[in-house]
Amino acid sequence: MSIYSKEHELFLKKIKRKKCLVYLTQLSIIIIFFLIWEILSRLHIINTFLFSSPSNIFKTITNLINTNNFLNHILVTSKEILISFILSFIIGFLIATILWWNNFIAKVVDPYLTILNSLPKVALGPLIIIWVGASSNSIIFMSLMISTFITIINLYTSFISTDKNYIMLLKSFKATKYQIYQKVVLKSNLKNILSTMKINVSMNLIGVIMGELLVSKSGLGYLIMYGSQVFNINLVITSIFILAIISSILYYLINYFEKKIDY
Amino acid sequence: MQDNILSIRNLSKTYHDIQGETVAIRDLNIDIKDKEIVALVGPSGCGKSTLLGILAGLEKESNGSILFNGRKKIGFMLQSDSLYPWLTVLENSLIGLEIEKKLTKENIKKVHKLLDKYGLNDFKDKYPRSLSGGMKQRVALIRTLATNPDILLLDEPYSALDYQTRLALSDDLYRIIKEENKTVLMITHDIAEAISMADRIIVLTKRPCQIKNIYNVNLTNKGYPIENRKAPEFSYYYDKIWRDLDVNIQ
Repeated sequence: MSIYSKEHELFLKKIKRKKCLVYLTQLSIIIIFFLIWEILSRLHIINTFLFSSPSNIFKTITNLINTNNFLNHILVTSKEILISFILSFIIGFLIATILWWNNFIAKVVDPYLTILNSLPKVALGPLIIIWVGASSNSIIFMSLMISTFITIINLYTSFISTDKNYIMLLKSFKATKYQIYQKVVLKSNLKNILSTMKINVSMNLIGVIMGELLVSKSGLGYLIMYGSQVFNINLVITSIFILAIISSILYYLINYFEKKIDY
Repeated sequence: MQDNILSIRNLSKTYHDIQGETVAIRDLNIDIKDKEIVALVGPSGCGKSTLLGILAGLEKESNGSILFNGRKKIGFMLQSDSLYPWLTVLENSLIGLEIEKKLTKENIKKVHKLLDKYGLNDFKDKYPRSLSGGMKQRVALIRTLATNPDILLLDEPYSALDYQTRLALSDDLYRIIKEENKTVLMITHDIAEAISMADRIIVLTKRPCQIKNIYNVNLTNKGYPIENRKAPEFSYYYDKIWRDLDVNIQ
């Protein structure tokens, strides 16, 4: 049952084909990359001791799974990312709301936020370890330091740039400030909130790995650190490979929700 | 006068900022009768919108008073339609009632009736993006009418639309206003629109906003706006108001 003309169907097909082509090209790039990598290592053109190889990565993964603690490492890192993501989002959201609500506080806090946001958090690493202790907590703390300020700034700027006409309209019905917040500010910024989450998630990933590099006894960051210390490049590259997979899963998950909002 | 629904007395408004103060409105007196359509015409930036803002309670007057004859409710229609893109046409129409916490079965039924009556019954569950500019304005008007105001304040309601649509919509607007029995105070910078719609036209001066002239529009065979444009007196009023406005390009 076609409701379109032949010409339009052809047009749709063409668009579909173009989309397919993009996907195929993307896929072949990664496959060719791994193939060349593998071939070069088999021909001993690159040193697998320094650069590893896809088959070595695969072997390392199966080995790690067999020794049973690999999943545990992934789990530890994922858990830390999740906790710090949720915490930093909630804290950022609350503070952004307070700043939107009270212009005076926003003005006072503004320079401090900018300074804190631009401060390189790695510099705080040693302090965090001393204050919070060499545990999972300091990793989450590190991640929070990295992502919370940017969340506050992003959310606050999108809250205050809400369309003035939208707000004026509600005011003409004598809306309370809470009604304006709930019915207009949040609703009109749904897209901004999600894109903030997207930035947030990658910030948390960076924070968690950074924390794990500094202190940890498990997690992918720990594997990278440990691998480099014992010069096990396979382990390092495998961990990075898994990290790339985790971060793309998180990215596409939020992308999926973002696409669901269409009005 | 007894039949005045709204009287503005000695109204003044001064804006303050760091650069200094600006007198937007000085000593303004306007009376509006029940069921009357009054158009405010004036040079841009003369404080017309400020006046509506004060009447709608969005801004506070510096001096003077606004007197209503009895408990009167104001409905404000903004320059842009400002429909919320995340709400359906029906939800947009109900937003005023929702804010005022008057979402009774009766009121909801009334909004449904208004939407049906003005050709939007098929669009109730659609989002604003699928409506034409003219239809969006109609929804905006229904949203304003939903809270059952006695006086409608229209701030250049159709300025965002193209000329043909505006012409068609002025008839539309006129019909709805008359059918729903509303008093209207509207701002426009379109002289022709003012003459064709209003019973009375108040020409305002440049800032600070004061009354320059008031015209009672008497047209032969006064009817719907598009027809009114054919009245023999039309160009007489047009000419008068044009001279009052004294537009100079600097």
